[in-house]
Formats: sequence, structure tokens, C-alpha cells
Amino acid sequence: MNRREALSSVALLLGGTIIGAEAFLSGCTTSDKKIGTAGLNFSQDDIAFLDEVGETIIPATTTPGAKEAKIGDFMKTIVTDCYEEKDQKIFVEGMTKLEEASKKKNGKSFLESTPQQRHDLLVDLDKEQKDYMGKKKPEDPAHYFRMMKELTLWGYFTSEIGATKALRYVAVPGRYDGCVPYKKGDKAWAT
Amino acid sequence: MADNTFDAIVIGSGISGGWAAKELCEKGLKTIMLERGKNIEHIKDYKEANKEAWDYPHRGERTQKMIKDYPALKRDYPLNERNLDWWASDIESPYTETKRFDWFRGYHVGGRSLLWGRQSYRWSDLYFEENAKQGIAIDWPVRYKDIEQWYSYVEKIAGVSGSKEGLAELPDSEFLPPMEMNCVEKDVAARVKEHFKGSRKMIIGRNAHATIPLNGRQCQYRDKCWFGCPFGGYFSTQSVTLPAAMKTGNLTLRPWAIVTKILYDKDKKRATGVEVLDAETNKTYTYNAKIIFLNASALNSAWILMNSATDVWPDGLGSSSGELGHNVMDHHLGVYASGEFEGYLDKYVYGRRANGVYIPRYRNFFGDKRDYLRGFGYQGGASRERGPQVAEYAIGVDLKEAMTEPGPWYFGMGGFGETLPYHDNKITLDKNKKDKWGLNVLNFDCELKENELKMRKDMQQDAREMLEASGLKNIQSGDNEPYLGRGIHEMGTARMGKDPKTSVLNKWNQVWDAPNVFVTDGAFMASAACQNPSLTYMAFTARAADHAVSELKKQNL
Repeated sequence: MNRREALSSVALLLGGTIIGAEAFLSGCTTSDKKIGTAGLNFSQDDIAFLDEVGETIIPATTTPGAKEAKIGDFMKTIVTDCYEEKDQKIFVEGMTKLEEASKKKNGKSFLESTPQQRHDLLVDLDKEQKDYMGKKKPEDPAHYFRMMKELTLWGYFTSEIGATKALRYVAVPGRYDGCVPYKKGDKAWAT
Repeated sequence: MADNTFDAIVIGSGISGGWAAKELCEKGLKTIMLERGKNIEHIKDYKEANKEAWDYPHRGERTQKMIKDYPALKRDYPLNERNLDWWASDIESPYTETKRFDWFRGYHVGGRSLLWGRQSYRWSDLYFEENAKQGIAIDWPVRYKDIEQWYSYVEKIAGVSGSKEGLAELPDSEFLPPMEMNCVEKDVAARVKEHFKGSRKMIIGRNAHATIPLNGRQCQYRDKCWFGCPFGGYFSTQSVTLPAAMKTGNLTLRPWAIVTKILYDKDKKRATGVEVLDAETNKTYTYNAKIIFLNASALNSAWILMNSATDVWPDGLGSSSGELGHNVMDHHLGVYASGEFEGYLDKYVYGRRANGVYIPRYRNFFGDKRDYLRGFGYQGGASRERGPQVAEYAIGVDLKEAMTEPGPWYFGMGGFGETLPYHDNKITLDKNKKDKWGLNVLNFDCELKENELKMRKDMQQDAREMLEASGLKNIQSGDNEPYLGRGIHEMGTARMGKDPKTSVLNKWNQVWDAPNVFVTDGAFMASAACQNPSLTYMAFTARAADHAVSELKKQNL
């Protein structure tokens, strides 16, 4: 029985949710976390981990980042419902691989790393995926970090935050102008 | 009048069925419109119309479960998270394939009028005459002069936007103001015109959108057409023909009514009504009428005829010619080319135009002669993609900022090719497979043949040539899976003609063997041309309804 299941049992015994359960859960030290071991069940730790991976890819600037757009939940949903089995496996194993790469490069888990360490690690992984994806045969499996990056970009820019704050969106344009001035720095239309 | 007796029955509520109901009701006929699927009320039932991508857990994309549940629909874009319940279920309504055919159906009130691409083009005599001139299939029993006034009639009501071009091959419609080309499209159009010395033209797409207020409807440039438009921005049964029919007080709309056969009196040589299976209760009903309009969509209209009057003709009503279910046509799609247009980085667009540009057919016209018959048109457009198109940004702030700005302009186009009417491209009843209601399903045995495959080579090469002439860079082109059905323009299964021995319908869309049955969906088409066909169905339907009422008054039916 893992910690989460234990807590759930307690909650059941008491007939409800434990107040502060999330805080309790996250109270364990980050090094205790076993990222990617829940498989497609995606533990809360996995979601938190994916939120930070996404935030490192699309960080908060003057506009919110991927974490605020709940990118971890989004990745979980798409991988669970839309990915084929072979890609699900690559993605889930990829979370563990990313952790291992973090320990190897920075001597600590991804979540324990500083934002700069996280950034530098993902720059390395992005180079790795680009090299791999450029050379691989069509039937070879995809690279897990390519998946994480694609899901982050897709999920962020189609989220309400991404589409309306990082980009521009008008629900009812009312007209079409085929040729309007554009100046550098103006945001792109979300769609 | 008994409650199951009407003056007219309309089978199907899509583009042509809606027109039939409107015209018959306005001419004073008590009419029942039968629809096999659920009702969708204008505006009220457009549940997705005001949602955004982020309102959907999968942002509109397909899940593995959807792929499993829709083995045919998954083959192209209709399989999606947002309006899936507006596409027929492949599990409830399966079909069998001797050869692959991608069949995408809308089983609900409004049919595919809610889902169509809205591109609307007239035919000219260059199209009506080609069968006769080339000795292909049979001659059309009508010419442009017979249908011209009916094009005008339906266009003024449906609303078709476009630019007056005065082209012989593609006559102008009664246009509402055209939508605008963007700067890159205008530039490419000018370069194509110059390079090909006017022999190839690029015009703004002609579509059934109210670009100015039209009876309370107006396009808002949201590009959410296929969720149903709360502004009535485009023509659909719900936005135009159904309310007009309802207003007369003569229409009864009956959803969940699967017509299983047309009832036929062999002594009088007339249809007397239809048999209906209630899709919800499985109960059987009969409706009687003096005339019947069959508008169940080309392939299902053939299915109904195949199941009718089998005591007289084993292969069904209209099969005496041997052509019922044959000559299946579609437009063949999937050849494309695109490239990057350098420049205009200080220009952008406002609004989402659900339309593109159109290049009308130029092959085998005006002295041009190829090693295949007929030709193709292209639809396309230019847009400014978002973000950098080179992978120079890894992750982080730089990537984010780059992805929030528009990138370079791209121009792309895809071909719409004519398919010839081949007798051996056919559908038949498959008596070994049943649908959810225990009814025989259709089997498909249709394919593209040499003429179409030769045409596709030209289609790709010409597209590249035009993009090169327009100065585009990094041009890519290809030919994707040429399967019939993808055009969602099924036609030809009950063609009209001059001779009952070689055609199912006469020139007024009447079944030769039952003149009070009119088939006015895509089934009547004797050839396919290469432009989008719905406007032509509308015009022929209005013309047939006018003829039907006139004949009824003369007591000829």
C-alpha cells in the first residue's frame, strides 16, 4: 500500500476527505517521490512534476506560464486518452528517464533543482530529442521529451490562459479584414 | 385528411430535402418531412457553438476510444471531440466495402447542411455538354438555360457571396458582397494571372454566407460554422429553408423516422406513400401522399429505391434501367501543394474567414488538351502561421515569446478533381450485414480509375508550377490516399437522362417508373463536374418542386 492509498483508506474510515490531505501528501521530502512509477495512473507527484517540466518549457513572464494553465493535468489527459499504448509507455518511462538525467547532470531530482538547473537540463534534452528525431526511421519510437514539449506547447496555447493572455482571441470578430498593419511585438491570434 | 395522409412527403432534411419542403409548403401542399435521426433546433441545439478549445478535455481532438467506435469516420477530419454527435455512428449504421469508400454521414435534422463546406458554384454548359461530346455515360437531359433561373432563385434566398468575374466556365451567381482576399492571396492571384496570361485565374471562394444582413442572418467571421451558427451566418436547413417551410403552417417535421421503402401501386404505376421504422421505438408506420421527394442523400436514396417495389422489380424501384446504384461519383481530393511566401511581415488579418480562394478548372477547356478527360479546380488560401518555422528555440522565455508572434506567410492549395461516371462503380444491398435496426446495409464497390489517376499527376504538377510562378519558397506537394468518399460529394446513383432504358430519372427528376417520385439529391447527377455540387442540388430541387406542383394541378401525377 503506498502513501496515497493509505491516506485514502484513512479518509474512507473517517467518512470524508482529510483536511489538508494535499499538504500532508506533499509534506514528504521530494527525494521520496517516485516519479513515473504509477504508470498511467499518474500520481499527484507525477502531475506536479509535469507541471514543472511544462513551466520550464513555457515559463511565467509578463503572462502566466504552463503551470498555471494546468499543463500537468492536460498531459495526463492526452497521454491517457489519446496516445496509443506504445507512446503511453514511452511517455511514462520518459518521466523516470528525465529524473535520471536530472540526477546525473545536477546531482538531484528535477523538483529539487533550481529553475536554472531545470532549464539547462531541458535544453540538453531538447537537443537530444532533436538529434534523435532528425535521424530516426519513421517506424522508430518517438522521443519522450519531444512528447512533453509538444504537449506543453499545444496544451498551453489552447488553454484559456494561453489563448487569451499570451495570444489574442476575439470570440466574435464581426468582420474580416484581409490586410491590416502588423508591428513587431503584436501578439499572434490564438486561432 | 387522415393524420397519416399528406399532399407531399419529403424524405430527408438536408440541403435538398429542406429546399423541397420549403418549396412544396409555400406552394400550399401539406407536407411531412421525414428525418431518420434526431431533431436539432436552430440556435437552441447548437450546444458547441459558443464553446472554446479549452472547454474540451482533449481540446477537440480524437481519443483512442473514439477511433475504436468510429472505424470509418476516423479516416478523416470529421472524427473530433466537438461535434461528434452530428456524425452518424459507424457502429449503429455500418456498411461493407468490397473496395474502400469513406462515407461520412449526418443523420439528424438538417443533415450535412449543418456540416457542409458552403462553397457554391454554378455549372455552365461546358459541364452539361461534356458527356455528350465525349461519348461518356449518357447526355444530360438539361442545359444551362433550363437551370439558370433556378440558380438565381435559390441564390437570392440562400445567400451566396462572391465576386463577379464573367467567366464562361463558371457563371456568376446572384452575389452578396465577396469576402476579401488577404494581401498574400491578392499577390499570388496577380502573379498567377500574369504568368499564365489569364488562362488560369484565382478568385475569392464563393460561399453561402450572408456577408451583409440577409433576413436577420449575418456572418460574424468566427469560423465555427460546423457547430451550427447562432447568427445564421451560413445557409443551412435550420437557418433558411426549415423556418420558411414552418412559416406556411403546412409542414410537419418527423424526426426518428427511417424510411424503409416507398409504397408502390403497380396498377396505377404510382407511389402511394412510404413505410417508416421509428428509430426509437422500432414501430412501423405508413404515410400516404400524392407526391414524394426523395432527398435522403445520394447513396441512401438509392438504398430506399432498392428496397421499394421489389415485387415488380427485384432490384427495386427505378432499377428497370439497370443503372440504379451505379455510376457512383465523388470528387477526388488529397493532391496538395504549399509553400512559404516571403514578405508582408508588416501585414496581418483581423477575423476568421471561413473561406479561401478558388482556381476554377482550366484543363481541357478553351483549346487545352490533355491525355485524360475533364479537369479539376483548386481551393486554397494564405495564412500567417504562428511562431518560428525553424527549430532555433529550445525551451524557456525565448521559445515562449517566439511562439506568441506570427511567423511567415504560407500559401497552400488542394485539388478537387472530377470523377467520371463508371457503370461498374456501384453500391448494392449487402444482405449479410444488418444495421442496428435489422436493415440490410450498403456494400461499396467503387474506385478511382486511370482517368482520375492521370489527372492527379497534372493536379500536383500544376499546383507546384503555380506556386513557383508566384515566387513561393520551400514548396512541398503530395498526393494523399485517393479514396472515393472523402470529397463527401456522393453523386450519380439514380442519374437523370433522356431514355428510361439508360437512366433512372427523367429531366424533371421524376423516377421513370413512378412519376410522382422525385429524386433531387446528388443521386440525379449524370456527371460530377469538379466544383462543389450543393448549389446545383438546390436549383434542381426548386425546379423539380415547381414542376411537381404544376403537374399535380394538371392531374398528371
